[in-house]
Amino acid sequence: MKHKTFFWFVFPSVLLMILFIALPLVSVVTQSLYSKHEQVIVEVENCGPFGCTKATTVDQEATAALEEAEPLGKWAGLDIYKDRNHLAISEVGQAWINSDGLPDFGRTLMNLPFYKALGFTITYTAIVTPLTIILGFFIAIAVNSVARAMRGPTIFFSLLPMIVTPLVGSLIIFWMVDARGILGTGLQWLASDPSLSVKASTPLMWAMLMFYGVWHSAPFAFIVYYAGLQTVNQDTLEAAMIDGASRWERIRYVVVPHLAPLTTFIALIQLMDNFRVFEPIISFSAAAHATSLSYAIFNDLGGETRLLSSAAATSVLTIIFVAMLLSPVLVRTWRDFGTQK
Amino acid sequence: MSVATRRPLNVRFLATSFLVLWLIMAAFPFLWTLWGSFKVEGDFFSKADWANSLFGTLTRVETGGAFTGDGYYGAWIQEEFWRAALNTVIVCFFVVTISLTCGTLAGYALSRSTYRYAFWLLLFALIFRAMPPITLVSGYLLPFFEWNLWGHLSTTIIVLVAINQPFTLWMLHSFFKNIPKDLDESAMVDGCTRFQAFRHVIIPVMWPGVITTGLFSFLLAFNDFATTTMLLSKENHTMIPKIFSFLGTTQTKGNVMFAVAAVVSVTAPLFVMILFFQRQIVSGLTAGAVKG
Repeated sequence: MKHKTFFWFVFPSVLLMILFIALPLVSVVTQSLYSKHEQVIVEVENCGPFGCTKATTVDQEATAALEEAEPLGKWAGLDIYKDRNHLAISEVGQAWINSDGLPDFGRTLMNLPFYKALGFTITYTAIVTPLTIILGFFIAIAVNSVARAMRGPTIFFSLLPMIVTPLVGSLIIFWMVDARGILGTGLQWLASDPSLSVKASTPLMWAMLMFYGVWHSAPFAFIVYYAGLQTVNQDTLEAAMIDGASRWERIRYVVVPHLAPLTTFIALIQLMDNFRVFEPIISFSAAAHATSLSYAIFNDLGGETRLLSSAAATSVLTIIFVAMLLSPVLVRTWRDFGTQK
Repeated sequence: MSVATRRPLNVRFLATSFLVLWLIMAAFPFLWTLWGSFKVEGDFFSKADWANSLFGTLTRVETGGAFTGDGYYGAWIQEEFWRAALNTVIVCFFVVTISLTCGTLAGYALSRSTYRYAFWLLLFALIFRAMPPITLVSGYLLPFFEWNLWGHLSTTIIVLVAINQPFTLWMLHSFFKNIPKDLDESAMVDGCTRFQAFRHVIIPVMWPGVITTGLFSFLLAFNDFATTTMLLSKENHTMIPKIFSFLGTTQTKGNVMFAVAAVVSVTAPLFVMILFFQRQIVSGLTAGAVKG
C-alpha cells in the first residue's frame, strides 16, 4: 500500500487517538506538576467603639481572578508526588526508621492512601488472574465432555456474568451477600454467627471482591479455551491413548501444551483488565476496606472539590505501573517483529 | 463418537455436576434479582426469613398482590429513568457508527500495509488499550471546563469513540487479515483505485467481522461508567451513571427497589443481545486469540 493512501485511510482513527488519548496524557502529566492556587487571604481591620480587631477573610474576587489567569494552578514540581496522598516519601522514611520488623512496617504502609490502593490492586491482579484461568480451563474441559445438546445453553448462561455491565453485575452480587440477602443469610447460617456481615469485615470484603472478579472474567477464559479445544489434534490424542496415557495424562501432555499460547493471550488481557479494577469497589461500597488505583483517581475527581492535580499524579503513577506490567509483552512483540523481517 | 473415546460414566458425572454448579453460579443471581425486582423492599432484603422473597409475604401485605411493579414505576417515571435510557440509545448508536467507520478504514489499511509504521501504530494502540480509561479522564476535565465542552452528549460520544479505537483497530485488523489479499489486488489490476477496491470488493465481504466488532463497541459504550459519570452533566446521564446516582440518594430514602428495577432494566437488553448474537460474541472473543 502506498504511503499516501495509507495515510488517508488511517487518518480519522489516528487523529481521534492523538486528540483524545495522546494529548490528554500530556495534559495529565502537566496537571500533576501544578497545584491548586491557595486562596488569597486579606487582613481586614474592623474598628468599632471597643477598639480595633483584626480579621482575616478570603478575598473571593482575587482568588477567582488568579484562577482565571492561571487555570492550571501554580507550579509545584514533584511536590504532589511526594506528599502524603501519593508516594509519601517522608512518611515512608519515618516508618522505615521507627517500625520494629517488616510486618509493622507493612501495616504502617497500608495506612497511607496510595499504598493501600496499590496493595489491593496488586493483590487483586495476582490472585484473580490465575484463578480465572484455572476455572475457565476446567469449565472448558467439562463442557467439552458433556453431550453436544448441552453446549449451546451452557455457553449462553456462561456469557452472562461477563457481558453484563460490571457495575450492575457487582450490585446484583452485593445485594445477595447483604446481611439480609439470601447469600448473606446463608453465610451467617454456615458460620452460625447471626451478626456476620461482609460489609463490616475487611478480609471478607477482599474475598468478595475477588470472588466477583473471578465470576466476572472466568467466562472469557472459558470461551477462548473452548475454541482452542476444538482444534486439538485428534490423531495425537489417539496416539497418546494407544501408548497407554490415562485420561489425566492426555490432558496434561497433549491438551495443556496445545493451549499454552492461548494462556499467554488470556493472561495478558486479564492482567490489563484486573489492574483497572474499579466498578465492584463502587458497587460494594468497599472503599473503607479496599481501594484500587482507579478508585483513588475517581474519588479525587468526584465531589465538590475536584482535586485535579492529585488525580493527575495518581494517574501518572498508575500508567507507570501499567507500563511496567506490560513491558515483557512489548519487548517480546518487538523481538518477534524483528525476526520477521 | 467411537467406543474408544467415549468417556466413562464417573468422568461424565463429575463433568456434568461441575458444569451444573457453574451454571447455577452464573445464572442464579440474575434470575433471583429479576424475581425480587417485583417485590417490595421488605421482601427483597428479608430480615425475618429468606423465603419471604420467594413467596412475597410482605408484598402481599403492602400491595395486595404477590408481584408489584412499584419499583419499575418509581425508577422509570418518578425518577425519569426513561431519559437516561434515551441518552444511552443516542450514545450507543453514535459510538458504534463512528467507531466502525473510522475503524474499518484504518483496520483495512493496517492489514494491507507492509511498512514498519503500521506495526508501530498497532503497538501504540496496544499500549493505549492497556491504560485504564479513568487515568485519561483527569486529563479531559480541565480543558473541557475551559472550553465549555463538559457535560454534552456529543463530547462524551467522541471520547468514547477514541477510547474504543485501539480495541476496534486490533479486532478489525485481525478480521481483515483473514480476507485474502488477492481479492482487492485483482480489482486493482482491473483498474480500480485503492478506495474503489475497498468500496466495491472488500465492503461486501467484511460484514461478519464488522458486526462482531460493532457488538463489542456497543458493549463498551453501554457498560461504561467512569467516563460517562465524569463527563456528563446530571440531566445528560446515561443509564449506568443514573443507577449510581440512585445508590447515593435512594438508599437513605429506603427506595433501593428503584435501583433494583433499573438494574434489571439494564440487564434485559444485554440478555436479548446474547440470545441473538451468541455466535458473533464467541467469534469476537476468540478473534485475537486463535492466532496466538
